[in-house]
This record gives sequence, structure tokens and C-alpha cells, in this order.
Amino acid sequence: MLTEKEIFDILSEIPDPEIPVITIKDLGILQRVEVTGNTCEIFITPTYSGCPAMKMIEDQIQEALAPYQITTIKVNLIYSPAWTTDWISDEAKEKLRIYGIAPPEHSSLDKGALTGKAKELKCPLCNSKNTEMISQFGSTACKALYRCKDCKEPFDYFKCI
Amino acid sequence: MTKQEALFNYCLRLGDNSLILGHRLSEWSSKAPIIEEDLALTNMALDLIGRSVALLKYAAEAEGKGHSEDDLAYRRPERKFYNNLLVEQPNGDFAVTIVRQFFNSTFEFLLYEELTKSKDATIAGIAAKTIKEIKYHLRHATDWMLRLGDGTPESHLRVQNALNDLWMFSDELFEMNEVDEILIKEGIAVDLTTLKTNWEKRINEVILEATLIVPTSTFMQTGSRQGIHSEYLGYIIAEMQYLQRAYPDAKW
Repeated sequence: MLTEKEIFDILSEIPDPEIPVITIKDLGILQRVEVTGNTCEIFITPTYSGCPAMKMIEDQIQEALAPYQITTIKVNLIYSPAWTTDWISDEAKEKLRIYGIAPPEHSSLDKGALTGKAKELKCPLCNSKNTEMISQFGSTACKALYRCKDCKEPFDYFKCI
Repeated sequence: MTKQEALFNYCLRLGDNSLILGHRLSEWSSKAPIIEEDLALTNMALDLIGRSVALLKYAAEAEGKGHSEDDLAYRRPERKFYNNLLVEQPNGDFAVTIVRQFFNSTFEFLLYEELTKSKDATIAGIAAKTIKEIKYHLRHATDWMLRLGDGTPESHLRVQNALNDLWMFSDELFEMNEVDEILIKEGIAVDLTTLKTNWEKRINEVILEATLIVPTSTFMQTGSRQGIHSEYLGYIIAEMQYLQRAYPDAKW
């Protein structure tokens, strides 16, 4: 039987199904692993309550551990503490930017979500700050849609929550 | 009624509200007036359905009969659903959907903020997660209230009609029964009467800024706390439960 750390390291390599340049560990979805006897429990936190990628991530976890002959693998969804964009590492944020997704700008809860204050966002393609929001809701629950007024390209922004 | 039965019913109510509204919003998929709204409304549907999974799962635990969240969503008859009448109302035109979102998101914003302090750790945890999403929902609804109300004569008329039509479902949001009484004593549930003033204040501010008129009608329709619904819920359930009723335990 593998140790908790070995299992955690194996699972740390799993790419996020929506944003394959970063892993589920980089995103803070993979929380911890607990091994009791021949049972392995994995705890994951959804980014958004209804994130449809969670089922896919669960399947990827089962698949990654399949070769190791673990009798029971249980994947548990936990909601508390609530996932926050603060858990995304700086290194992962840089990978997001290179991939073309503007990383979350401010730490913790986006207070602007209520007041509607527009924030200054850098275009991940040309670095211009001359950008505007097209829609608060983007291609996935965790992103908003922006456009750059200089290079004219639309881009996704990873919303702060 | 025991505390456990009250908790079961309370979680059903919270879960049903998000499940039914999530289902309603998902009906906009591919039909919204613009693609950004298609994404927004279905994104919010996802948030709501995700939240209902967590809440119905916890309801099933409280019930203790070995049911899953899917059993509760797909095998329960209409009279055992406890969602507010507001959320089951048809989407209507875009203005109706926005007013329904506006009433409900303002209510949920106040409710879930209080629920984050619940003495029930699971409910508090779900609330802490969901309040972040509700803030986006509320901002979306508020933006559209202002834009439609203070927009063209046509959009103004439609959103005013929607306000007038949905107003009679607003009081029920704050209705309480034995379930609330038991759980308020335990520090688990929120005293809904304490939210009403704040709800009215927030609603009034936005309605006035949107150059609209706050409805004055005092007739209020209620019934959902007893599982009595408007004619619309049966149709939602028929559609939602069709597959599991026709092919029990079907999986794909």
C-alpha cells in the first residue's frame, strides 16, 4: 500500500480538465489524502458548487490510482473551508497568464462583485491595461469574459472568489 | 416533530429552492436574448443545482433512511417539495426572469449570510461556499433591473409588469412554521422575520433607482410550507423526473 504522501504526489500530477496547463493541486482542488488499512479517502473541494468538472476529476483520480491495487478508493467532496482563488499559487497564476487566461487580480473575496466597480485588468496577450468586461459570466463558472481594446482579442478572466 | 425531522424538512426547503430555480434557469439554455445572458443564466443554474446536491445530500443524511440526493430529487412527489412558489413561476419574458432573480437573490443574500453563522457546521459550510456565488447572482439581477427599468419605454413596461405579477409571491419567502421554530432555538436556522425589513429596503432602493414603482398590492399567495404549489411545479417535476420514473435507476 502506498503512503498518503505518495498518493498525494501521484494525484498532484492530474491536470485540471478545463485548464490543462495547471494541475488540480495548483488550483487548490486537491485537499488531502487519508489512508486507513486498504481504504484510501481523497478529499477535493469544488471551485464552484456546480462545477461540472468534479465528476471528471473524480474519474481521473480513480484512473490514476487504478494500477496500485487499492481495495477501496473513496473521493469525497468537501465544501468547508470554501474554495478561494487565494489558494492558486503564484506559479500557477503565471501559467494561467501564459495560457491566455488573466489570473485573479486581488486576493480573497471580490468586494467589487456587489458594488460593480470595474477593475483594471491586464490583457494576458499584450499586457495592455486598456481592457473592458464583456460579461460577468464566461465559458465556465469560474471565469468572466473580457476584451482588450488595444489588441482587440477577447480573453477569459479567472474571477476572484 | 423531532429536531432531526425539522432539519430534514429545512434542508429540503433550502435544497428544493435551489433545485427548482436551477431547473427553471436551465430552460434558458440556447434561448436567451443574447449569448452573454445564455452563459450567465445557465452558469447560475449550475451554481444552484450544485448547491442543491449538497443540501439534498445533507437532507438525506438527516432523514436517515439510506436515500441519496438523487432519490430525493427524482423520486419525491410534488406535495413533498417545499420550495417557495416564487422560484417555480415560469420564466416568462426576460423581465420576468430578472425580477424573479432579483427578489430571490436579494433574499438569498440576506439568508445565506446569516446561515454562515449557523451552529450546524454542514449548513454553515455550504452557506460560506454559496454566499460567494449569490453575490454574483445579485449583482447580475440588480444590473438588469436598473438597465431594463431605466431603459426603453418597452423594457420599463415589461419589468414593471413583472414586478406587479410576482409581488404576490414575495411574502412567502419569510413565512415560518414549526420547522423554523425548532431550529431557531437550536441556533441552526435563521429567523426569517428579521430579514424582511432589510429585504424591503434593498428592493425599494433598486426599484426606485430603476425609475420603477414598488407594488402596493397586499394580496399574498402562499402554501409551499405545506407542500401546496402553483400549477407550474407539477410540470417541472414531470419533466425533471421522467427518466428516473420511466427507467428506475437508469445510469449513463
